[in-house]
Amino acid sequence: MNPVLQLLLEGGSLTTAQMAQVAGISTAEVEQHLEQLKKDKIFLGWRPVLDLSREAAAAASVRAVIEVKVTPERGGGFNRFAERIAKFDEVESCYLMSGAYDLLVFVRGGSLQKVAAFVSEKLSTVEGVLSTATHFMLRCYKEQGFLLDDDADNSARLTVSP
Amino acid sequence: MSTDPKKWVAGHVASLPKSGIRDFFDLVAKMKGQDVISLGVGEPDFVTPWHVREAAIYALEHGKTYYTANLGLIELRRAISKYVEEHFSVAYRPEDQVLVTVGVSEAVDLAFRAFCNPGDKVMYHQPCYVSYHPSVQLVHATGIAVPTFAKDNFALTAEALRAAWQPGAKILMLNLPCNPTGGTCTREQLEKIAEFCREKDLLVLSDEIYSELTFDGVHTSIASLPGMAGRTIFLHGFSKAFAMTGWRIGYACGPAVLIDAMMKVHQYSMMCASIISQEAALEALTRGWDNVCRMREQYHRRRDLVVRRFNEIGLTCHSPRGSFYAFPDVTGTGLDEKQFAVELLAAEKVAVVPGQAFGANGAGHVRACFATSYEQLIEACNRIERFVAGKRPA
Ligand SMILES: Cc1ncc(COP(=O)(O)O)c(C=O)c1O
Repeated sequence: MNPVLQLLLEGGSLTTAQMAQVAGISTAEVEQHLEQLKKDKIFLGWRPVLDLSREAAAAASVRAVIEVKVTPERGGGFNRFAERIAKFDEVESCYLMSGAYDLLVFVRGGSLQKVAAFVSEKLSTVEGVLSTATHFMLRCYKEQGFLLDDDADNSARLTVSP
Repeated sequence: MSTDPKKWVAGHVASLPKSGIRDFFDLVAKMKGQDVISLGVGEPDFVTPWHVREAAIYALEHGKTYYTANLGLIELRRAISKYVEEHFSVAYRPEDQVLVTVGVSEAVDLAFRAFCNPGDKVMYHQPCYVSYHPSVQLVHATGIAVPTFAKDNFALTAEALRAAWQPGAKILMLNLPCNPTGGTCTREQLEKIAEFCREKDLLVLSDEIYSELTFDGVHTSIASLPGMAGRTIFLHGFSKAFAMTGWRIGYACGPAVLIDAMMKVHQYSMMCASIISQEAALEALTRGWDNVCRMREQYHRRRDLVVRRFNEIGLTCHSPRGSFYAFPDVTGTGLDEKQFAVELLAAEKVAVVPGQAFGANGAGHVRACFATSYEQLIEACNRIERFVAGKRPA
């Protein structure tokens, strides 16, 4: 496997210089690997993982998960709907699911009203959408691998031990 | 009447040397609050995986707060037996050939107490884990240190064993991969050692606590070699590969008669290992392997990083085939290992352990534990590089 991809998979937050050290290659080579991963559309980009509930200015944003049922199209299946829905700025993630509904859509908006308006005016009016069920998120406990209230305490670990 | 309480301390305890680790610990402790990077630890930086911690909580919630059988929970002994057979190719009966102990530490102590008469001779390779020689002294036995060398990547050789052997030698204590050197033996080397043990009729105590953390080649247990299971006590635990140091849980496997002798000492001194830790260990064995592999992969990359940097810096360092310790030669700096460690700590705030803490044969080396994050390791290497550059003759 691409050594840079391996480090990305570990989920740390190394700089390219640190990745170079760990992988035992030059920084330029790390960058080449990243470029290649981008070209191959494996590496899509960097994004910070944020706990916005701690940031007053951003805390107002609201997140929701929406289950969407659609009628699949002859020829296109679900892809055309999914791609169309995914393009809205409000949509953070969009997945095709097995089970009781077809698409699971993660949405972020400035307020409850804005998200509700997005669902009723944009999402449910896409042709072929049969129904939507919107669940607003109340509180986050873990975000993409990060515990929000990580109480792990390493401070009592011995600094020298046998 | 005034009295000196010292007189109540047993003579052989009073004469035990203070651990070199302890000395260095005190030195580092004085620098608390400063930005010290410690490569001086002997444990994983990973917290025990949550599924294991959660299993212990579950056990407590269900009232598991009592003593267990002296040998340990039978479910755990079955799981150990299965694990050891799968990973080490030796079969032990859970009913009478497996003893659950309070860490490998207790298992080592039990073995010496159960098998040594006063004056018996115990061979062990050195540099080695700090407890072995004191444990031998505590049972009034005599240690015979067998040197291992950097030129052999600190593998134990049958030649060195033969050279150090004395009439009356009864036990050979092995620790492969080795703390502090990371040295291990290939199967061929082990076969020669096994042959030597059969020839001299030695009982082998094999501490394989770092075996899962073998990066190059496959780990072979001496107990799995022909004719060896009957003269080997296999010692293992959860501290390192399963990141469970604080749980204090390990085990010993061997011939029923020998396990029974160890169990006798255990039943009167310890009774049993903590039931909570036994439950956690059972969970670790049943569902913990993916985490072991994930952690090993990271140790592997960290090893490659540290060994490469040390050699670039000018600290000659063999690549440890196992464990999470690098053991570079620091004499190129013109300092001995103690000066190197003390001055490095003072100048650059990086803690490593002077090699003599692991016996006289550790001279000229320091132990650097790479069970810490990439970021910390890179920063520590940068600091060591600056320190070493300042020591070079202009
Ligand atoms: C070689 C060796 N054996 C035994 C131990 C102690 O293990 P436990 O935590 O199982 O008592 C250690 C811990 O550092 C070790 O390095």
